[in-house]
Amino acid sequence: MSEFFQQLINGFAFGSILALIALGYTMVYGILRFINFAHGDVFMLGAFAGFYLAPKVATVFPIPSITGGLAVMAISMAICAAIGIVIEKLAYRPLRKRPKLTVLITAIGVSLLIEYTCQNSHVFGASPKSFPTLIPAYPIKLGALSLNSNQLVVLGVTLALLAALRFIVLKTKIGMAMRALAFNPEAAALMGINTDVVISFTFGLGSALAAAAGILFAVNYPSIDPLMGILPGLKAFVAAVLGGIGNLPGAALGGIIIGVTETFVAGYISSTYRDAIAFGILILILLIKPSGLLGKKEIEKV
Amino acid sequence: MNIRHAKTFLFGALALSFLVSLGANYFNSYWLFISYDIGINIILAVSLNLINGYTGQFSLGHAGFMAVGAYTAAVITNQFGELNTFLSGTVFLGALLAGGVLAAVAGLLVGIPTLRLRGDYLAIVTLGFGEIIRVVLQNMNAVGGARGLSVMHGWTNFFWAFSFAAVTVYVVTALVHSTYGRGFIAVRDDEVTASAMGINPTKYKVTAFVIGAFFAGIAGGLYAHSKQFLTPGGFGFMQSISFVVMVILGGMGNTIGVIIAAVLLTLLPEFLRPVAEYRMIIYSLLLIVLMLTRPQGLFSFKKSPAK
Amino acid sequence: MSALLQLDKTTVRFGGLTAVSELDLSIGRSELIGLIGPNGAGKTTVFNLITGVYQPTGGAITFDGQSAANRQPQEIARRGIARTFQNIRLFASMSVFDNVRTAARLHCPRGVRNALWRGSSFRYGEKQIADEVMALLEIFQLGRFRDAEATGLSYGDQRRLEIVRALATKPKLLLLDEPAAGMNATEKTDLMRLIQFIKDKFQISVLLVEHDMQVVMGICERIAVLDYGVKIAEGAPAEIRANPKVVEAYLGN
Repeated sequence: MSEFFQQLINGFAFGSILALIALGYTMVYGILRFINFAHGDVFMLGAFAGFYLAPKVATVFPIPSITGGLAVMAISMAICAAIGIVIEKLAYRPLRKRPKLTVLITAIGVSLLIEYTCQNSHVFGASPKSFPTLIPAYPIKLGALSLNSNQLVVLGVTLALLAALRFIVLKTKIGMAMRALAFNPEAAALMGINTDVVISFTFGLGSALAAAAGILFAVNYPSIDPLMGILPGLKAFVAAVLGGIGNLPGAALGGIIIGVTETFVAGYISSTYRDAIAFGILILILLIKPSGLLGKKEIEKV
Repeated sequence: MNIRHAKTFLFGALALSFLVSLGANYFNSYWLFISYDIGINIILAVSLNLINGYTGQFSLGHAGFMAVGAYTAAVITNQFGELNTFLSGTVFLGALLAGGVLAAVAGLLVGIPTLRLRGDYLAIVTLGFGEIIRVVLQNMNAVGGARGLSVMHGWTNFFWAFSFAAVTVYVVTALVHSTYGRGFIAVRDDEVTASAMGINPTKYKVTAFVIGAFFAGIAGGLYAHSKQFLTPGGFGFMQSISFVVMVILGGMGNTIGVIIAAVLLTLLPEFLRPVAEYRMIIYSLLLIVLMLTRPQGLFSFKKSPAK
Repeated sequence: MSALLQLDKTTVRFGGLTAVSELDLSIGRSELIGLIGPNGAGKTTVFNLITGVYQPTGGAITFDGQSAANRQPQEIARRGIARTFQNIRLFASMSVFDNVRTAARLHCPRGVRNALWRGSSFRYGEKQIADEVMALLEIFQLGRFRDAEATGLSYGDQRRLEIVRALATKPKLLLLDEPAAGMNATEKTDLMRLIQFIKDKFQISVLLVEHDMQVVMGICERIAVLDYGVKIAEGAPAEIRANPKVVEAYLGN
């Protein structure tokens, strides 16, 4: 029984990371109706940013420590937010009026470009690097459960970020603009909303969350490499679809479901089929309820 | 490409392929193997063009169909290849066709659920199917699992590779340039209107998937008997993307362009050998630049459809 | 004589919105019926309903004696209902000839095997279709554009092409969705003559959705008026013109 709860916590931790990435996908899709293939790579860049930032931050805040860890995460998030905004401006904005397929292929190109550039020996190099300890880790014993404080950190930070996101989306002006844009882009523009600024902000926000996910992932699984974003990125996209693409709580829910399911299947059935689970779930949900668990049905106007 | 005498082309290409293959032993064997790759990539690109280019179904899982064909053909020739050297041609053909048929079945299984999905969703689902096939193969110890499968007979030669390439080009072109085949393009251009004109979009999409998958399976079989070693990882979505790039570069729905693109992209790694480390970076940069400047492909001379 | 198309208390609901409410409509053979109403009244929805794009949430649709509800659009087309669209929807990457050819296939369908084998049956079938398509194009003076890109034609020619394409499916009922949109006075007169010509030459019924009163009053034998999804009047043009409910629907209170 304790194994069950152990796996559950593991699943929640992994699922939280997926949720953070999924939010970025769902926000961008909600507004632009397109899958940002390169989003998973921003997750990777966040982890690497943390890797290179840690020694620099250590000169100001002690590493490992909570302040040090948070500082690294915050700066990482800022850097990746900027990267996300730049990518949008250079690669996606010129194609806004073009068929969706063109942008999709461009996104694939951007993703490949980031991955291969980072693999280059002059950049990060293809071999995995060891992520430094940002936050002191303690084993925690709750009855028969042996947990790691890192897992709780993941859950805690995720909840904090989700709360912050909720505040931004529901209670700020720009959040309202995001929701308006997602609902009806033309009307939003006619109402005087600067669509370019809102879109840039959305990309920045999503990228920041992905960066946070990257750091949290690296804290728990300290081996990072330039291709680490591919599978989590795909799984996070599935999570966004599962929850209902364009739906923020749905993305978070989807992330948790996939994280927990994958962990349980890997733990109790077979770990080699782990990567196929997310895709299996994707196919199931698209067959049964394509609008996702929390999504609404879209009717095509003829 | 409008073929008036399509069958003449086909027989001409088959004959030419046979003649060239007679002199194949005089060619440098390194470039000979590259030429097999060219033939195989032509099959893959042209078959994918039927799905992506002509029917507008953005499939990112073509390598999965290739894998099914490759492993099926390999298993068959590994089992039955020793029977009789005189029958080796028949066994090879049978193995290739079996690979194609199984891949076609996979195409059916992928096509049916994905029918009502839009462009970007379809891309992810097909990518997902490709990954599922890869994971399944990785777990099938009967075919070597992650350690790979050795293919005993390296039977692929110039004739086989290019004959099948000719057949693939014939099938796709003859199909599309008939009144029946206009239906594929109608489904791509405007599915709702197509159905209002009596066209069953579902049937066309599934047909495209099945035929495309069949030839991808054949290409896989040829690939298996050229490289003589298969790993599931070699059929991942990076592979699928490389085929998609060939289709895009050539111009979606432009068979000649796609053939040229397949040839170019097979030879490109050879020419970029001095900067091999930067090859993939250049590749992906080219893809982005292409989409930003000339999305209809390098060799397409028609206006890209406005949507 | 039984009606060709019969809608009995047909209703279409999208979630909480009732787009069409308990519509009774009857179209006989070789009749030219108009369907008018203010914007958003549900006219295109009725078209989509008849052609199988939307399924009715209530009521019945009968065409040529058989139920036409819950059928796929391609099945409806096969049974003999063809349509044009409010925003012209030609197949953008095809030529004029191919646009019509795609529709002409409906009644001589030959499939994959035929196209691949390319025997005499194939050649015969292709020639038959080509002849039919050219004949149709010539009737409407579009023959000389046969190899031009469909979207390269002038606006008026594109509208005509869309009608020709619909006719290639040999329909018994033709639905025209605002064919006069964007036309000047001369073009409208030509269109009116064209529609009546089509009705007489091809012996088909026409259901016309149109905003232009000159066109509607000029050629329709009977007119039905929709407002907020409800039929508020039906009758001959003169009756409709004089009906106060119709005037109110258009001009408001």
